[in-house]
Amino acid sequence: MYVAAIFLPLLGAVLVGLFGRRFGDTLSQFVTCLLMGLSAVLSVPIFMEVALAGNAQTVPLLAFINSGDLVVDWALKFDTLSAVMVLTVSWVSFLVHVYSIGYMHHDPGIPRFMAYLSLFTFFMFMLVTADNLVQMFFGWEGVGLASYLLIGFWYDRQSANAAAIKAFVVNRVGDFGFALGIFGCFMLFGTINLDQMFSAAPQMADASVTLFGVEWHALTIICVLLFIGAMGKSAQLGLHTWLPDAMEGPTPVSALIHAATMVTAGVFMVARMSPLFEYAPAALAVVVVVGAATAFFAATVGCTQTDIKRVIAYSTCSQLGYMFFALGVGAYQAAIFHLMTHAFFKALLFLSAGSVIHAMSDEQDMRNMGGLWKHIPVTYVMMWIGSLALAGVPVFAGYYSKDMILESAFAAGTGLGTLAFVLGILAAAMTAFYSWRLLFMTFHGKPRANETVMAHVHESPVVMTAPLAALAVGAVFSGMVAYDHFVGDKHPTFWGDSIAYNVAGSAIAGEAHGEDAAQATHEAAMGDADAEADTHAAESAAADDAHGGGHGDVAGQGVLERAHHVPLIIKLLPLIVTAAGIALAWVFYIRTPAYPAALAARFPAVYRFVLNKWYFDELYDAVFVRPAFRLGRVLWKGGDGALIDGLGPDGMAAVSRAVAARLKQFQSGYVYHYAFLMIIGVVVFVSWRLVQA
Amino acid sequence: MTDLPSMLPALPEIVLALAAMGLLMFGVFAPGDRTRLCTQAAVATMALAAVLVMWDIGTAAEGFFGQFVVNDFTRFAKVMVLAAAALALLMGRRWFETEGIQRFEFPVLMMLSVVGMMLMISANDLIGMYMGLELQSLALYVMATIQRDNVRATEAGLKYFVLGALASGLLLYGASLVYGFSGTTAFGGIHDAIAGGEPPLGVVVGMVFVVSGLAFKVSAAPFHMWTPDVYEGAPTPVTALFAVAPKVAAISLFLRVLMDPFAGLIADWQQVVAIVALLSMIVGAFAAIAQENIKRLMAYSSIGHMGFALVGLAAGTPEGVRGVLVYLAIYLFMNVGTFAIIIAMRQQGRPVEGIKDLAGLGRTRPLVALSMGIFMFSMAGIPPLAGFFAKFYVFMAAVEAGLIWLAVLGVLASVVSAFYYLRIVKVMYFDEPLEGLDPMSSPTLRIVMGASAVVVLFFFLVPGWLVGTAEIAAAALVTG
Repeated sequence: MYVAAIFLPLLGAVLVGLFGRRFGDTLSQFVTCLLMGLSAVLSVPIFMEVALAGNAQTVPLLAFINSGDLVVDWALKFDTLSAVMVLTVSWVSFLVHVYSIGYMHHDPGIPRFMAYLSLFTFFMFMLVTADNLVQMFFGWEGVGLASYLLIGFWYDRQSANAAAIKAFVVNRVGDFGFALGIFGCFMLFGTINLDQMFSAAPQMADASVTLFGVEWHALTIICVLLFIGAMGKSAQLGLHTWLPDAMEGPTPVSALIHAATMVTAGVFMVARMSPLFEYAPAALAVVVVVGAATAFFAATVGCTQTDIKRVIAYSTCSQLGYMFFALGVGAYQAAIFHLMTHAFFKALLFLSAGSVIHAMSDEQDMRNMGGLWKHIPVTYVMMWIGSLALAGVPVFAGYYSKDMILESAFAAGTGLGTLAFVLGILAAAMTAFYSWRLLFMTFHGKPRANETVMAHVHESPVVMTAPLAALAVGAVFSGMVAYDHFVGDKHPTFWGDSIAYNVAGSAIAGEAHGEDAAQATHEAAMGDADAEADTHAAESAAADDAHGGGHGDVAGQGVLERAHHVPLIIKLLPLIVTAAGIALAWVFYIRTPAYPAALAARFPAVYRFVLNKWYFDELYDAVFVRPAFRLGRVLWKGGDGALIDGLGPDGMAAVSRAVAARLKQFQSGYVYHYAFLMIIGVVVFVSWRLVQA
Repeated sequence: MTDLPSMLPALPEIVLALAAMGLLMFGVFAPGDRTRLCTQAAVATMALAAVLVMWDIGTAAEGFFGQFVVNDFTRFAKVMVLAAAALALLMGRRWFETEGIQRFEFPVLMMLSVVGMMLMISANDLIGMYMGLELQSLALYVMATIQRDNVRATEAGLKYFVLGALASGLLLYGASLVYGFSGTTAFGGIHDAIAGGEPPLGVVVGMVFVVSGLAFKVSAAPFHMWTPDVYEGAPTPVTALFAVAPKVAAISLFLRVLMDPFAGLIADWQQVVAIVALLSMIVGAFAAIAQENIKRLMAYSSIGHMGFALVGLAAGTPEGVRGVLVYLAIYLFMNVGTFAIIIAMRQQGRPVEGIKDLAGLGRTRPLVALSMGIFMFSMAGIPPLAGFFAKFYVFMAAVEAGLIWLAVLGVLASVVSAFYYLRIVKVMYFDEPLEGLDPMSSPTLRIVMGASAVVVLFFFLVPGWLVGTAEIAAAALVTG
């Protein structure tokens, strides 16, 4: 069962990849969907057994590398974390497979597409079920490959190829960090097996390495390196530039890879490595800052984009930021919870957007849409559900997971946690704003498309809307149903030891509070404390008391528990800003559509800055890409062309040609020339011998 | 009355010579065109001669008062010569008939020339050597001009004759110097004269002249200039003969002369031969690049191959001799196969010899193109084809003899030469066919081509038979 679930997609990919042409389109679709569906069905009992019944296990497959100290085996590690991932990935992937039947039905490369999708799913499974870092890296690179192939699926488009290369290269930067992190792990632990590393982690808590002549905390270095890898794959600020461009791929690809699954690999990896991160508070701080900054940054950009897929892409980027700062404050469970719910509603949003694009004859610019809701009501409803879930409106999935993250950030009680909370709240407001901006621009108002397009607008076939409906169910209920297990009361038993509990984090937080309180007390004792200080100290003490009193039991120190007990206003704040965001969108795009333009005209610099995505692409272009091209040109023309080719192949060839021409000249055809040369030869040889003698 | 010399060791030669004269009479007096019959008789006689040659394998004998020697080395070389000549006859028959110039003199001349070559191989005396050389050369001059009304053929024959005469002069002059300073023309006597102490300078100079004359016969640089013109001008079947049989005979003679009478002068001739080998390899590699005519190309190719073979001679060791013999045998297969294809090159009945005429052969005549490709890759020395092992053995011998520089330069030359061999492959497989070649009509050519290709392709599976035999032959030369 375990092995079958993982390898069925590979079987589908190989079959259709090799024989797709012979199978024909329909059979190819059937084979891949069937195998993927089987895998999805199998993932349910796996989840029951592993996560709900708590029987984590590792299925060994093959020996892979056995060289000196390095022992790497192929094995499938099933614990709650990977079971959750397998369940999510397989179902979303299956729905996307089915959806693709409808979406791609005009495309000439259907077997290839289906094979890539299945291949991707297999690699993703390898990633999440890895029991050692090398296998994880295998899956990691594999999904990168599949992503590259799928972004560049329409290889006859210049822009698709450019985007595919960009995604690959930017990810390479992150992968470099990941690979270094793996090397670091091996150096420190002597193994890259996850379980062995985690059990050895406490002894290594204070280990240090000397790097560039400076002593560093070893685990911090390793965790930062691993996180750089996660940043690349999960499109965090700095390495995010590839994600919006990846929208060049077919929309089902965007839904599956660049929203629901692959981009969450980074989140998964940090959660998987959480037992190490727990001993590296500095690395966690980096994660918080990067995550919060990404959440905020991507939300601002999302407010100005006009391409429907790019809006959702930036939204993904932003939501990934949420997940990361949740990880950073130690709420790993909340991050995975959000990962799961996000997979459903983001896939739903993307596939709905695909349905819109499909209806609009491949139009993606929202400025050319409008007034579509009457024509494509099902898609319209689905988009609403997705947006409600994304914005975190109560009852919908996003409400549970996103609020949990924000509350955790607040409850962390550290300066960075509060910063993350503030940025998260701002991003939540913007999320609501751009989601409803998308809804209003696309579905309401007057149609802005030309008449031929409008006449052609049609609801998508059932094969596309059925997966939407299935995802919608997930987007509505996944949060509610899973809440208790993932982050609620049952979470310690649910997760088992697959994820670390934020003990160290809370210790730090507690310490900080303690110091705070102590200082306050000290000040009070000095007798010169004013009323404010008194109040502050009292508050701190009260908070500490509340924590201590409320959670005296085991594992009760965790940030999650504290998150459940934040003040009511904190719990309500996300709702309030979401409502404000929706209202603002209504004002801007329904009531007074002139406002956005006026606002943009009023603050042109800000608008342009945000519209151009904070000029990240331009910056990278100027700092990395163009110098790299220039350097490449110098090395190519000067180094390779002039020097190596010039002296090597070209030079040799030219010399050969010259020598050949000269020899040909000798061959005059005159007997006396020939005879002369013979005589000369004899004379030279004889003289040579005579001189030697 | 003096005793009759012991003639039995020369029985194959005697049989061939008598048969040649008999065939000549038959051709002249028999009514009608008897070319075909003469050809078949000639081939049969050569086969008989080959059997006679191999009669007493493992023994050594001398005849004609020590002027004629037979041992395993001479047997090895003679069998190759006979095989090459007989194959050239068989392959050329149809060609001459198609061109309407079939003459019964051709097989007769061929037989006489072969007698000359066999005498060269067995010569144990400067006089005998010269006689054999001249006999084969005179027959070859005539054969080059067998197409009498063709300007290019007569020009080629004339050039060959004039320059050949010059080379003979050089050789004869060298022989006279050697005789003058050593007092004998017998190889054994020369050997003994040199063996004792410092050799007289005159012998060294004479040796250099002899080497020059022989270098002309193997068309080694800088005595190679006649080769391209003669190869191009002569009828293709004659070129096929020139490319193999006389080369085998001349290299064998080269080996015998240097390894036997002049063995004591190894310090002198080793350097000369090394330079000649190097120049030949360079000329063969570079000059062929600019060629458009495949026969000219093969001329330069053979110059290069002779250079490689001479590398083994330059080593001056039994391993070197073995390498040369292996090289010659493999060279025989590669060349015979290649010429089978070149002889068959016709467009609408008209013989063509441009490299561009091979364009698209991969599509129009896939089997022929495949065989040609095998030969070309083999000549370029690409493993695992036979040509690789040929080069391998001579270069190994050179390295073991301390001539590392020569081996390195040889390998580099081989790289350059790969260019024009591969160019033919490229033309055959990647160029658009302009006007396809006619199908290969002669079954003889097809068989020769196919068999050679098989040998060249699968040589690496069973290299032992050839290498082992060559080793025995080499041992016979060095000790005998």
